[in-house]
Formats: sequence, C-alpha cells, structure tokens
Amino acid sequence: MPTAIEIFKFLPKSNCGKCGFPTCLAFAMQLANQKVKLSACPFVSDEAKAALESSSAPPIRLVSVGTGDKKIELGEETELYRHEKKFFHPTCYALTIQDTLSETEIDSKLNEFSKLEFERVGQILRLDMIAIEDKSGNSETFSSVCNYTASKTDLPLVLISSDDQSMKAAASLISSKKPLLHAANKNNLDKMINVAKETKCPLVLKESDLSELAAMVEKAKAAGVEDLMLDLETSSLQQVVEKNTIVRKNAVKKTFRGLGYPIITDARNVKDPVQTAMVSTMKYGGIVLLEDLKPSQALPLFVLRQNIFTDPQVPIQVKSGIYPVNNPTEGSPLLFTTNFSLTYFTVLGDIEKSKIPAWLLVVDTEGLSVMTAFSAGKLTPEKVAKSLEDVDAKTKCGNSPVIMPGMLSRMSGKLQELSGMNVVVGPRESSGIPKILKNL
Amino acid sequence: MPEVPIPKEKWSGKITEVPLSSDISVGGERGMPFLSYEGLGRRQLVAGEVIDDPEIADFCKENPVDQAKAWINECGVDLICLKLLSTDPERKNTSPEDAAKTAKEVIDAVDVPVIVYGCGNEEKDPKVLEAVSNLCSSERLIIGQANENTYKSISAAATANGHGIVAFSNLDINLAKQMNILLNDFGVKLDNVIMDPLMAGLGMGLEYSYSVNERIRIAALMNDRMLQPAMICDSTGAWDAREATDDNPLWGDADERGMWWEVATALAALMSGADIVIVRNKNSAKIVYDAIRDLRGE
Ligand code: SF4
Repeated sequence: MPTAIEIFKFLPKSNCGKCGFPTCLAFAMQLANQKVKLSACPFVSDEAKAALESSSAPPIRLVSVGTGDKKIELGEETELYRHEKKFFHPTCYALTIQDTLSETEIDSKLNEFSKLEFERVGQILRLDMIAIEDKSGNSETFSSVCNYTASKTDLPLVLISSDDQSMKAAASLISSKKPLLHAANKNNLDKMINVAKETKCPLVLKESDLSELAAMVEKAKAAGVEDLMLDLETSSLQQVVEKNTIVRKNAVKKTFRGLGYPIITDARNVKDPVQTAMVSTMKYGGIVLLEDLKPSQALPLFVLRQNIFTDPQVPIQVKSGIYPVNNPTEGSPLLFTTNFSLTYFTVLGDIEKSKIPAWLLVVDTEGLSVMTAFSAGKLTPEKVAKSLEDVDAKTKCGNSPVIMPGMLSRMSGKLQELSGMNVVVGPRESSGIPKILKNL
Repeated sequence: MPEVPIPKEKWSGKITEVPLSSDISVGGERGMPFLSYEGLGRRQLVAGEVIDDPEIADFCKENPVDQAKAWINECGVDLICLKLLSTDPERKNTSPEDAAKTAKEVIDAVDVPVIVYGCGNEEKDPKVLEAVSNLCSSERLIIGQANENTYKSISAAATANGHGIVAFSNLDINLAKQMNILLNDFGVKLDNVIMDPLMAGLGMGLEYSYSVNERIRIAALMNDRMLQPAMICDSTGAWDAREATDDNPLWGDADERGMWWEVATALAALMSGADIVIVRNKNSAKIVYDAIRDLRGE
C-alpha cells in the first residue's frame, strides 16, 4: 500500500469534503490505513486511479488456474527466506499428456497420475495439474484431446502449444475451466495475447532474456492481459536458482516491478527433471512442468514441498493418540512423547530401530518439545495419566511398563501414583531407547 | 526496453576456507548458495559414508577399506567420512586403539581427504578420537563430532596433531554459534573448524535444518565471525525415514525412493548452505555430485 503522502499527491487537494473527511490529506491518511476506499472521492482521475492501484498491488500478482476446489493459486509471496515469515503458495506439479495419444492411452495415463496421492501427517499430498502438449501440430487433434482430457479430470490444465490457432481453438472450447496457456514467445506474442484476452485464460510468457521478458509483460499488460506467469527458459539447475532468485528478489524488494508474476519451470526436456523440480520447489518455482513422475520420485518430491512450505511459526503437529510400532500386542511396553513432529519422528525412528514391539503414546502438548512443554506446564503428570487412561494403556501394556522421557524424571513418582502403572524413567536422549527396550 | 537489474546483495562477510588436504579446500563463498553473481567460493564436496564394522550396519557388507575404495573407484567421491560406530559401548565397544588402526588403514588406502567420526557417545568419543588423531598425526585429517561436552579433549588432540574438527550443534543457530565461541575461547582457530548444525532428513524436520542453515549463512555473510566456518551436513539421516525404505506398492520401488529421499535431503542441505554433504548410497552420491556441478554452472 502506498503511503498517505503518495496518495495525497494524486488527490485534487480541493478539500471539498464529499468523501466524508474535512481535507484531502485526512482522506489520504484513512486510505493509507485501508479504512476507506479510493472510490469515496468522486474527483480522482482515471490516471491517478491506475497509478494508485498499481502501487498498492502486491509485489507478485496472485494468479489462479482451474476452477472448483482443485483450483490452484500462485503469487502474492512476500519473502525470500521462509524463516522471515513463510512461503504462502506451495509449488504445483503438472504432468504431461501428448495429444498424439489415443483416448484409452489418455485414460490409463490419467489413472497413473491419480495414483500419485499420499497421506502424510494429516495432509493429502498429490499431483496438482495436467498439461496437454500439442505434439500433433494439428489444431483439431489438439482441441479434441484437450476437450476429452478436460471431461475426464477436475485438475487444472496447462495447454502447451506455440501455435496461436491451435491454442485459440482448444482454449475456447474449455475456457470455462480456466486452463493456463503455455506459452507466448517473442514470435507469437501479439496473437497469444489476443487468445488470452478472448478466452480470459491466464497466459505464460516464455523468454530466456529477462529484460526481453519484462518488455513482453509490458505489452501484455497494455493489452489488458494481466494474469500472467513467467517461463524463464531455464536449462540448468544454476539458471533455475539464479533467474528465479533475480525475479523473486526484484519483486519482493521492489528493485524492479515489471516481473512480479509467478514462475513456471519447464522441466520436461532437461536432463535431470526431478532435481530441477526439487530445486525449483526450494527456490521460488510456482509451477513445475514435468513429463512424468514415478511414485518413487513423487513421494520424496511432494514431502520436500510439504517441508519447505510448512509455516515456520506453526510446527507440524502429530495427531495425539496411540501408535503401534513394530506390531505390538497386549503386554507390550508403552513409551510416551509429545506431539511436536520432530520429537515424534525421532522417537518413532528409535523405537523402530530396536525392532521391539511397543506402543507409542503421543500426548497433545500443542506442538511443544518435551522440555519446553514441561516448563510451560503442558506436560504434567495429570495430563499424561489422563492420556494413558484415554487409550486404555493398562490393558495394552499388561505387566509391561510405561517408559517416560528421561528429562521428565522428576514427575515419575507422581505419574506412577496417578496412573497406577509401573513407570520406568527412560533415557534423556531418544537414541538410548533401543537399549532400554532391549533390557526390559 | 526495461533493464532488469541483478539484485546482488552487498555482503560484508564470507565463509571461511578450510583446507582438507594440500590441494582441496571448502568454503570461501561470498553470497547465498549458488548465486554466481554474489561469489560461489570453492566447489561443494560429496563425502561417501564408511562404517567401521559391516556387522553392525545392515546397509554395508564390506570391510571399511573396501567400502572406501569402492567409493573412490565407483563414484569418484571427493572425500570419505569414516564413522567408528562399533566403538559404541552399547554395540561392540571397540577399543580406541583398534578403532584408530581401522582409521589409519582407511586413510592409507585412499588418496582423498578423510573425516573420522566417533559413535556419538560422549564418554567414548574423546578417547577414540584422541587415539585416531595421535596415530594419524602425520596426515591431514578432520575429526568429529565435537560437542559442548566433548570438545576439549577432541580439539586439544586435533590442535596438537594439526587436524581439523567438526563442531556439532543441535539444530539451533544460537547453539551453533555458542559451540564456535567455546572452541574459539579454547584456542582453536576457526579456519580449522567445520560446523555441523544437524541436518534433519526429509520428512523428519528437514525444514528446521533448512532454515537454521540459511540463517547461519546470512549471519556469516553479515560478518558474524562466529558463524563463518564452512558447513557439513549429513544426509544419511534420510534413511531413518520409514517412507524412504518401507515396502509399499503405492510408494513405488523402495530402492529408488530411498535414493531420491537422500538426494532431496542433500539438495536441501546444499541449497541452504552446506559445503560438504555426507551420503550413503552410491547412486544418490552420483546425482548429488552432478547437481553440484550443474548448480555451479560447471
Ligand atoms: S472528496 Fe476528494 S477532493 Fe473532496 S476532500 Fe475528499 S479527497 Fe479531497
């Protein structure tokens, strides 16, 4: 948002009071605080309106693709490093269907793609988009494959063609699904801008020279096409890191405003697509176009995205409750820990390492680690005793003990008393768990 | 035509260069990772993990010398990280003398730099690493990990024998700094220190490490001397994730998945500031090695 003084410059300075404020300056101050709307002053010129709107626009425009609940949104990022606040819109991955495939082949591809869905710490990780590539060079083929695919999936689509006629035909058919058009280049720029304008679909501008690309953005904007994404034609990991950083940093630091749009990384024809996708995910990529992904590649890639886009202020919490590890039965020992994901994963890993069947009770500590939770009064003997009771620990453990984190040793007596169970003080470090389990 | 500026940051600090041998060093970066316009520094290195006793690790079969040779011959790794895990009193409790002999054999068998780690036991590590350092006093060697409880004897031995040390801290920029201050106050030259701020594996807190590393790098570039040592990250923690290795038909081939799991962890380490990454799997090592070249535009 511009400052009051910046806004004031654009007002008529007549102090007429029509806006409900005694002076233009008073109105400007309210506007800077976003308390009123610019339209409350009937005398602002169109030129002033445009100038004020663009200076109050976010540094990176929010662009959406697709419709319905699978619609994706990218842009409006404000940070270079996730610890400064967070990254808002996770990178989206698109896999490709060539228009030379038959309908049966398309069906089976879509079926393969739909298997790239995993559940992890309470979130669904899945493929985000489908890209359709004009490989046939035939406008009718491309349109009909786009139309067919659109009828078969509710994922947002990317239409890939450099031929404006083919693009126009396909985009008009399915414009209500708001596909992303990939891409306008130097040679077809005006025509592609027209297609985007007529179909009201978001458009990718593709150019390796960033200054040329900025000129293309100006042209598109002048024609009224503002829902843009940028393909920086990166052909190495170095280019992904450097160009993505230049575009992102110029935007958020406001050193150059002309490239404030989400980035799309085309990793279909690079020699190392998975690495490119991973690097782009960490370094400001909005969409990554890929030919294909095996589940063995998709899961690590999706988890990387989940990790990087986690809000640093809100630690991932594991659902509280009881977890079986190494197939425990009634009479197996029980260990308890907090629901801070890092603590949970460490403890879980160490129990698994021991290969000894055990129950792992996760106590809700609002995402705090053992010591922090203890100091903050979120991990009390009363709370643990209650959790033990809730999961019917007595039946689950039989004669086996409850093992508590070593750092909580001073509450062992109280816990024993409250729970009526045999409580053993475990190791201070999780790495000591296998030893204590083996020696029970 | 609009001219798009390159938003180069004017950093005042740089990462310290640490010699690993007479001709290999790491560090020296003058900017954020892999931004050539800010200053790339030395090439990031890949270290192959070697375990001192195949009987205690189900992922390796050969004796440590053969493991090390395989790393060199099959992958051309930049260095070896020998972990003396069998010295753990809870495992084989191998004596410091025997462990030192193993270390010497590995060092003699390869001509790349070697980093020697203990087992992580705070009572045993100082004894083991002292024995290693003394027995290999004629070689350039990096020993670790030294933490706040073990650094005195480890760094005393390292300093006496001209060895470098790896300073370990537990996922916290302040602890990392504290560790370097302790070493500095103890008289250890920080250009002989590589820091390990603990790289959490993919899906197991990777994001914490990623941000701690980035914050360390930013502080170093802003000229906080106590955070300028080069950084080593151990990506082998990736293999502790059950999603990396479990057989599950929906998750695809487990070998390949484990490899990508480790690659993702190593790439996150590199993108956030690692100078050396330790890897376990030969295929991931090759991918990471190529990625480093590609990231540097080589
Ligand atoms: S209506 Fe416009 S011109 Fe009149 S006082 Fe308000 S801001 Fe000024």
